[in-house]
Amino acid sequence: MFRLKNLAGLGALALGMTASVGAFAQEAAEAAAAPVFNNGDTTWMMVSSLLVLMMSIPGLALFYGGMVRSKNMLSVLMQVFYTVCIAGVIWVVYGYSLAFTGGSDFIGGFSKAFLSGVDTTSAGATFTVGVAIPELVFICFQMTFAMITPALILGAFAERIKFSAVVLFIPLWLTFIYFPMAHMVWYWAGPDLVDAAAKTLAAATDDATKATAQAALDEVLADAGFLFKMGAIDFAGGTVVHINAGIAGLVGALIIGKRTGFGKEPMSPHSLTMTMIGGSLLWVGWFGFNAGSNLEATGLAAMAMLNTFVATAAAALGWMIIEWLAKGKPSLLGIVSGAIAGLVAVTPACGFIGPMGAIVLGFIAGIICFIFCSAVKNALGYDDSLDVFGVHAIGGILGAIGTGILVNPDLGGGGVYDYVAGEVGAYDLSTQVMSQVKAVVVTILWSGIGSAILYKVVDILVGLRVTPEAEREGLDVVSHGERAYHM
Amino acid sequence: MKLVMAIIKPFMLDPVREALTELGIQGMTVTEVKGFGRQKGHTEIYRGAEYAIDFLPKTKLEVAVSDELAERVVETIQKAAHTDKIGDGKIFVIDLLQAVRIRTGETNADAL
Repeated sequence: MFRLKNLAGLGALALGMTASVGAFAQEAAEAAAAPVFNNGDTTWMMVSSLLVLMMSIPGLALFYGGMVRSKNMLSVLMQVFYTVCIAGVIWVVYGYSLAFTGGSDFIGGFSKAFLSGVDTTSAGATFTVGVAIPELVFICFQMTFAMITPALILGAFAERIKFSAVVLFIPLWLTFIYFPMAHMVWYWAGPDLVDAAAKTLAAATDDATKATAQAALDEVLADAGFLFKMGAIDFAGGTVVHINAGIAGLVGALIIGKRTGFGKEPMSPHSLTMTMIGGSLLWVGWFGFNAGSNLEATGLAAMAMLNTFVATAAAALGWMIIEWLAKGKPSLLGIVSGAIAGLVAVTPACGFIGPMGAIVLGFIAGIICFIFCSAVKNALGYDDSLDVFGVHAIGGILGAIGTGILVNPDLGGGGVYDYVAGEVGAYDLSTQVMSQVKAVVVTILWSGIGSAILYKVVDILVGLRVTPEAEREGLDVVSHGERAYHM
Repeated sequence: MKLVMAIIKPFMLDPVREALTELGIQGMTVTEVKGFGRQKGHTEIYRGAEYAIDFLPKTKLEVAVSDELAERVVETIQKAAHTDKIGDGKIFVIDLLQAVRIRTGETNADAL
């Protein structure tokens, strides 16, 4: 049992908004008796859900598609589109239930499988006591996260993966890696229950009622995911989405092996125009991802929005400058890649830090991710086709740790809200950064080991790679029987 | 009859076509080609990957002419496609054995 006094010692940690996106508590909402939803909040969350869908298709699909050779363009678009569709179906059948119902610290249960018991009046908690949004819109919003996360992985083994391997791997990865991660980071009882239990405790006068109230509070606090309780803060999913996908990508690239001809033949992007369009759509869509993760259309959503603007711009400039200095020319692919690195880095941070902190975080992310995608990748020799590891895992890790530092109110951050105390908790650098590091390590291990097993299973069942002849011919014709361009 | 084949910079095609038209040339065949000579290629960098691009895009021009015209055609192309920079291209002249106009069946000089 997780005790309050332990929590108090950790400052705001465990009680903070560990995972902004996750907040959900049907029970809380029921206890508060039929809440009236705010139409503004509901609308904003509907729009945010659509924005995040746009990030996957066509955003990510075009961003990735432009970077492959023209003979593989459709295969990438197809894989992303398939991932979006299968994730959507699985999400409502059992994914949402596994991620967002109580159960163990690591995974939820099947009580809401097939969305059992959810209707138009069901309430989903936000981060404000007494404010809820329709559970259905929360399900839609979170569905789009389950769609884009596995799609990010596809870039790591683009141009050589069998389509049947993708068809099998994606649902397996969602089930065994993504849903548990989402549960660990985002699931908690919600602000209403915590607040109510804390108030009962405060109102208790004699020892007997105090003990009962304390036990009730402990129980509410214990009803949360493993990393949430550890006190890691992650506003929009740096760990669940980016580190998770980035590590799975690296493991995939290593297990599947290099593209035929890698390092010997040119594999230049066939259309950086497409990549620029896709990257820009990702940026626009990311406002739904980050500011939408606030779950309410409030000032904090506006802060997340602003941070998502400036961190991205600073990262794009950081990449452009370092590339210009290191390679002699500033490239379009570089500035767009830098923007994505900044978006990734600001994802966990956007609701916790201030705009000046966001600029610093973004600028550093642009530079470090450039180094990983050029120097480190070349030195290690792995073939992560579209730099899923260098941008998403590295950017995600920088963001997770940067969030722990920049959340400091002295550095312009907003601090971490303590729902038991009902105020922003005290900030302690080493405690917060250590919590962040622990969350990163858990994510790396969970995703790394779990994904490796799943790749092996898929390899045994259907095989991961196409033949070298098929690779030379191009996946578009071989796997899908069509070509992207007729010229 | 001669076949004059010229490899030129793509953006010099228009000046060459104009100059040859002035000379009375009534047809030519143009192809986009790639190749290298003393100009060599360049390097392209995509994130960490650097590629040496050995073959540069050029335009190949083929004109079939009578023996009398051949020399002036070569001269005209040389002048029109000239930029004085490395990579201007080359002109080759080949003996042409036969020519036929498909529509009429005319041969040789009449077919040009």
